[in-house]
Amino acid sequence: MKVRLKVWRQKNDRTAGSFEHYDTPDLNPNMSFLEMLDVVNEVLTEKGADPIAFDHDCREGICGTCSLTINGKPHGPHRGVATCQTYMRSFRDGDTITVEPFRADPFPVMRDLIVNRAAFDKIMQSGGFISVRTGAAPDANTIPISKEVADLAMDAAACIGCGACVAACKNASAMLFVSAKASQLNLLPQGKPEKDRRVLAMVQAMDEAGFGNCTNQYECSAVCPKLISEDFIARMNRDYMAATFRQTFGSVPSTVVGG
Amino acid sequence: MNFDAKIPSGPLPQKWDRYLTEAKLVSPNNKRKYELIVVGAGLAGASAAASLGELGYKVKCFVFHDSPRRAHSIAAQGGINAAKNYQNDGDSVERLFYDTIKGGDFRSREANVYRLAQVSVKIIDQCVAQGVPFAREYGGLLANRSFGGAQVARTFYARGQTGQQLLLGAYSALSRQVGLGTVAMHTYEEMLDLVVVDGHAKGIITRNLVSGEIACHAADAVILATGGYGNVFNLSTYARGSNATAIWRAYRRGACFSNPCFTQIHPTCIPVSGDYQSKLTLMSESLRNDGRIWVPKNVGEKRAPGDIPESERDYYLERMYPSYGNLAPRDISSRAAKRVCDEGRGVGESGLGVYLDFSDAINRLGLDTIRERYGNLFDIYKEITDENAYEVPMRIFPAVHYTMGGLWVDYNLMSNVPGLFVLGEANFSDHGANRLGASALMQGLADGYFVIPYTIGNYLTGIKGGRPAVDHADFRRTEEEVRARLKRLLENKGKRTVQSFHKELGKIMWDHCGMGRNEEGLKKAIELIPQLRAEFWENVTVPGSGEELNQSLERAGRVADFLELGELMCRDALDRRESCGGHFREEFQTEDGEALRNDEDYGFVSCWEHQGDDKAPVRHREPLDYEHIQMAVRNYK
Ligand SMILES: Cc1cc2nc3c(=O)[nH]c(=O)nc-3n(C[C@H](O)[C@H](O)[C@H](O)COP(=O)(O)OP(=O)(O)OC[C@H]3O[C@@H](n4cnc5c(N)ncnc54)[C@H](O)[C@@H]3O)c2cc1C
Ligand code: FES
Repeated sequence: MKVRLKVWRQKNDRTAGSFEHYDTPDLNPNMSFLEMLDVVNEVLTEKGADPIAFDHDCREGICGTCSLTINGKPHGPHRGVATCQTYMRSFRDGDTITVEPFRADPFPVMRDLIVNRAAFDKIMQSGGFISVRTGAAPDANTIPISKEVADLAMDAAACIGCGACVAACKNASAMLFVSAKASQLNLLPQGKPEKDRRVLAMVQAMDEAGFGNCTNQYECSAVCPKLISEDFIARMNRDYMAATFRQTFGSVPSTVVGG
Repeated sequence: MNFDAKIPSGPLPQKWDRYLTEAKLVSPNNKRKYELIVVGAGLAGASAAASLGELGYKVKCFVFHDSPRRAHSIAAQGGINAAKNYQNDGDSVERLFYDTIKGGDFRSREANVYRLAQVSVKIIDQCVAQGVPFAREYGGLLANRSFGGAQVARTFYARGQTGQQLLLGAYSALSRQVGLGTVAMHTYEEMLDLVVVDGHAKGIITRNLVSGEIACHAADAVILATGGYGNVFNLSTYARGSNATAIWRAYRRGACFSNPCFTQIHPTCIPVSGDYQSKLTLMSESLRNDGRIWVPKNVGEKRAPGDIPESERDYYLERMYPSYGNLAPRDISSRAAKRVCDEGRGVGESGLGVYLDFSDAINRLGLDTIRERYGNLFDIYKEITDENAYEVPMRIFPAVHYTMGGLWVDYNLMSNVPGLFVLGEANFSDHGANRLGASALMQGLADGYFVIPYTIGNYLTGIKGGRPAVDHADFRRTEEEVRARLKRLLENKGKRTVQSFHKELGKIMWDHCGMGRNEEGLKKAIELIPQLRAEFWENVTVPGSGEELNQSLERAGRVADFLELGELMCRDALDRRESCGGHFREEFQTEDGEALRNDEDYGFVSCWEHQGDDKAPVRHREPLDYEHIQMAVRNYK
């Protein structure tokens, strides 16, 4: 099969970008989408042109690095599948495929299809942790945790931090990411002591990083390669309200969680 | 050269405790005066940077990734070992220690492995306290599964995403320290060289992958936690970005490279499907808990697996290794797969595959249980192959997965270059000639959380003179060399792409230094690789400039280093005239095809010292003296 690519090319975060067209050589339908780009890049390189810059690493759907908007949809056509797990058999011979970066103001384009998602790290640094010193932990079986709670925490923890949720949201809201991260820790008994401080700090950091508001459209969950449920957003909203209430009435110190 | 491992005296079980009581402490006020560089934020690097920052050291942590959370550790699926004996099945520190030494085919250092088994129990405590959502039983206690090379269930797991969850735990601890200002995080910054001043590691040269800026960073000690070098084979289960540049540059600056030929070929990966292939996907070994491995008894069998009657199937692992069966260690299982495929009994289009069959397990436990245990792995398999493994058996084949070799370190995890420490997969220390499943995560976190925070003090309290300034002559010179190399790559303007060289190198390595190795093949590889390297420097083309985000340039530097490292691996494999663990020299096997070790002549760790570009490296050795156990024939029958 062969396809025609319409690819976003942009030199860096200071210059404007535009679409370029490329006709691919003959492809095998069992190639992954990224392998298809590898093949196109080999051809470009041999011609002395700049290959298309795109982000990737594990190529098995777990590191969260790959981040292409394919035909307008973050991570492409399939539900619950990351870009790197998308295969050419999902397209037809002769298709024109539009490939863009994950677009959102807090994720500046650094080159072609690569965006900078450092804003997520900033949110995590504000409170996405349990403050436990190395070596100071009690025996792991001291606190039994019911399987249901552990499983739900794991559902939240499955987030790969790719940012598709932000790219899919018309407001560039990071609520799905933040709520998954906060809920994982808030659900577990170990995370309870810092629950209020955590959720207040993370939401504040999210706002400061320029992410927009959630208007409950849930485009985020729909494109999430790990199908993180929008229920976590509701859960975090409850945690946030409770924390704000307690803060207003004095039982939560207003300083953030120590960093 | 003297390779003194600096192992504390006393009986094995007491060595680490004794070390801890005698270790020199750095007072809290003084800690602030020391600056430490940690390169890497996988399990080893993130846990080290977080713990050292928490202790009060000033830490700078570097990753080439956009975030510490992307390190290759994230991809580990199956689990992490610890001698908790929560299952009451007779596990103990001593047993985990022995399994690891035996699994490594008696080529690792006793004292390090014993310490690893001892601290393993604390790792689980630490991770649970951080909120790592390990799998649990209905009673609320932690669940375990078994892994290859063990007869107890000591593996902790978080669905099929254990590495991800452990890394996110370490990343959260690291994030906390970044927020507190004790660790300065440098993302998108790749270490391109080590700076050695008066024989001590004192800093690194980095390139910012976005701006192209070259920078010098000075420190009181440098810690490398940069992962393994399996991508020398091009196709492997590693993330595409994993590379050897940090440890290879350190090797060229005097750090010795140990056991480079010890690579692990994992038995359960999805077979190669075409020439465009960019990576191989692992199907976690945990699948072997319930899946049964088989090939047809008949050569050239054409029927679909479901049509082949039970009596015409060969469950070869169960047949050859009845006591471990499908859970035989990785090196043994991989070689057995190669053997049946070499006999012409392999399955799939290429004939390079064996079946991993769940039908018995589904009948016994029900579809739901299997789905709950392995659902995400079955999904991955479906995505890649378009086949439903609940209905037809998976096809699997061995693939390069892990490198046991790495920079030589002593008991303190310090290399022979004072002040240069090496943690995680980047060092050689704990897995001998073969690593058991679920032991790499354990080692990475052991090194970072529980070893380096104690051992680094011993070095720091002994050094005189502070950090050099970054305009010191040695920094200037190293920086110039880095710039010259980048310039040469960019200005070469040849005809061949970086990828084409990587592919060709990978093929040479797989053919001659892969699952089976022999003198003739290795000698051939040692001829071919320098030729390929010469052609690379003649004919490679790297588009773009150095002052921008340039993935071709990143890749070129890494492949140039692989082209040197590959040769060293072949030299080591040629030098080691025995078979052990993942190193199978075809000339040295028993009558029934098992590895034939030679403890008398090769009971040592090889330590290769760089001599310069045009000279062959020199092999030194650290003898392995076993005090506590006896080297024995490794038997899984
Ligand atoms: C698919 C797969 C599954 C696995 N499953 C398991 C399992 O179930 N259980 C188990 O125990 N083990 C498993 N392993 C092995 C285990 O995951 C690795 O050995 C381990 O995670 C390595 O951790 P690390 O911290 O040493 O290095 P890595 O996680 O590889 O981290 C390397 C770090 O170094 C940085 N870095 C590297 N070079 C440079 C440079 N030059 N400059 C700047 N930064 C640099 C990177 O950015 C990264 O942060 C698996 C491996 C694979 C491939
Ligand atoms: S490349 Fe890792 S998730 Fe796609």
